[in-house]
Amino acid sequence: MLTVDSLRVTYGGAVEAVRGVSMEVPDRSVVAVLGSNGAGKSTLLRTISGTLRLHRGRVDAGTVRFEDTDLTRRDAGQIVRRGVVQVPEGRRIFGRLTVEENLRAGGMGNRDRAAKAKAVARVHDLFPVLRERAGQRAGLLSGGEQQMLAIGRALMASPRLLLLDEPSLGLAPRVIGQIGEVIAEINRQGTAVLLVEQNATMALGVADRAYVLDVGRVSLSGDARELAATDEVQRLYLGHTGDAPVRREDTAPRRTLSRWTA
Amino acid sequence: MTQFLSLLLNGISLGAIYALIALGFVIIFKASEVVSFTHGSLLLLGAYSIARLSEPLGFLPAVLVGVLITAFAAFLVERLIINRLRGAPVISLAIVTIGVDIILLTELIRQIGPDILNVPHPWGGDSVRIGGVGISENRLIAMGVAGILIVAFFVAFKYSSWGVAMRASAEDGEAAALMGIRQGRVSALAWIVAGVLAAVAALFLVGAPTPGVSAAAYTVALRAFPAAILGGLDSTGGALVGGLLIGITEAMAAGYQEQLSFLGRGFGEVAPYVVMIIVLLVRPSGLFGTKELTRV
Repeated sequence: MLTVDSLRVTYGGAVEAVRGVSMEVPDRSVVAVLGSNGAGKSTLLRTISGTLRLHRGRVDAGTVRFEDTDLTRRDAGQIVRRGVVQVPEGRRIFGRLTVEENLRAGGMGNRDRAAKAKAVARVHDLFPVLRERAGQRAGLLSGGEQQMLAIGRALMASPRLLLLDEPSLGLAPRVIGQIGEVIAEINRQGTAVLLVEQNATMALGVADRAYVLDVGRVSLSGDARELAATDEVQRLYLGHTGDAPVRREDTAPRRTLSRWTA
Repeated sequence: MTQFLSLLLNGISLGAIYALIALGFVIIFKASEVVSFTHGSLLLLGAYSIARLSEPLGFLPAVLVGVLITAFAAFLVERLIINRLRGAPVISLAIVTIGVDIILLTELIRQIGPDILNVPHPWGGDSVRIGGVGISENRLIAMGVAGILIVAFFVAFKYSSWGVAMRASAEDGEAAALMGIRQGRVSALAWIVAGVLAAVAALFLVGAPTPGVSAAAYTVALRAFPAAILGGLDSTGGALVGGLLIGITEAMAAGYQEQLSFLGRGFGEVAPYVVMIIVLLVRPSGLFGTKELTRV
C-alpha cells in the first residue's frame, strides 16, 4: 500500500535527517516505527504527508509511493484526498475551536457527504466522549481526550492509511493502553496504520511489523513479536537489561545531537 | 442631551463603516499572517471605480462592478505577491504591502487628479430626524447595510465551512494543512471578502457629510487601522468594537470641538490615534487580541 524506497531527506540543505530509509506498509496492516528523539521518525511522516516544505526540508533522493502515486510530488491537500492522513505529534488540536468544529475541520478534505456522515458516526462510536463534549472548546479537554480528538479529527477524512506520530506522548499509562486498543479497533475496521512511537511496549503490542530507526537509518526490522524479543529492542526500548551491559555513552550523545528534528 | 445623542448616533454609523474596513484587515491578518497596508488604496479604488462607473452604468450596477473590481484587486495582490512570499518574515510582508499601497495610491491619485468625483447616491445629502436627533440619510443607510454585512460575516465566520477552515488554519497552519485544508484558498478568500467589505465601506465614506471621492478619502480609511489594532489584530469581535469606539470618539471629539478647543482645532482627526495609544498602553495586544501576535 505504502512503499518508501531509499528515502533521503535534508533540512535547510545541510542537515540529513533521513539517510536512505526503505520500508513498506502492506494493506490493512499496522506497522510500527520505533526510535529515539532525532531518529528521523517525524521527518519520515512529514515526507509522507507533504509538509516537509513547511519545515524547510527537501527530499534529496528516493520515493514514497502510495499505491500508484508518488507522494513526494503532491501537496498536503492532495495527499489527504488520496486517503493518507496524519495525526501529528503533540496532538495539535485546534484549542480555540469546539470539539465539533475540530471534527468538521478534519472532514474538510472529504467532499462526499455520505462518507462524512459515516465518518462522524464512526468517530462518535469510537470516542463517545467527543459526542458528549461536542460544544466545548477543545482546549479544555484532558490530554487523553485531546489525543482522542486528534485521532477522531483525522478519521473524519476517511483515511485508508492513518499515520500516528507518538500518540502516547505525555499520557498516563492507563490512557496509553486505551489508545493502543483504539488503534487496534481502527485497524480492524479496515484502515492501515503507520504508528511512530517511542513507547515500544504499546507499539509492538498492536503492530504486525516494526522498523527501528537509528539516526536516519533502519537498523532493525521484522515481525513485531520477533522484534520485541530481540536483545537490542529489549535493551533500548523495553527497558530490560539483557545479557550485554548497557553503556549509556553509546546512546546519550546521539539523542542530544539530533534533538531538533523532534 | 440631544446633541450627545446625535453625536452618538453619527459616531455609531461612522464606526460601523470603520468596522467593515477593520474586519477585512483582521481576517487578512488571520488568514495570511500579513498586516495589510494595501487597505487604504483598495478602498480608494472601490470609491473611484464606483464614481467613474456610475455615469455610464447607473448607480446600482456601478456599485456592483466597483465592489467586484476591488475584490478582484485584493485577490490579485494575494495571488501575485502574498502567496508567493508565504513564510517570509511578518515585517517584510508588511513592507511589501506598503509598497503595493503606494503604487496603487499614486496611480489612483493621478487618475482622480485635482477633482472631487461625485458618487450620485440616489439618497441625497439630506438629513433625517429621529426624535429630534439628526443624521444624514447616507449615514443612516450605511449603518443598516454595515449592520447586515457584519451580522452576515459573523454568521459565516462561525458556521460556514470557510469560517471553520479559516479559524483552524489561523490557529495552527500545519495541522490545518494535515487535514487537507488548503491555506492558499483560505487566504485568497479572506482577501476577496476584505476587498468587498472595503468597497462597501468606500461607497458610504464618500457620501454625505463627506464631499466626494478625492485623495482625502484615503486618510479617512486610515482611521480603520487604529480600530483594528485597538480591538486586537487577530480578533474579529475586536474589529467591530474597535470600529465603533473609533467612530464614536471621532464624532464626539468633532462635536464637542469648542469644549476641546484647548487641544487645538481638528482634534477629531487625531482622536482615534490617541484612543489607540491609550488602549495599547493598558492592553498591549488590544482589547480582545491574543497575547502572542507573531507566530513562528
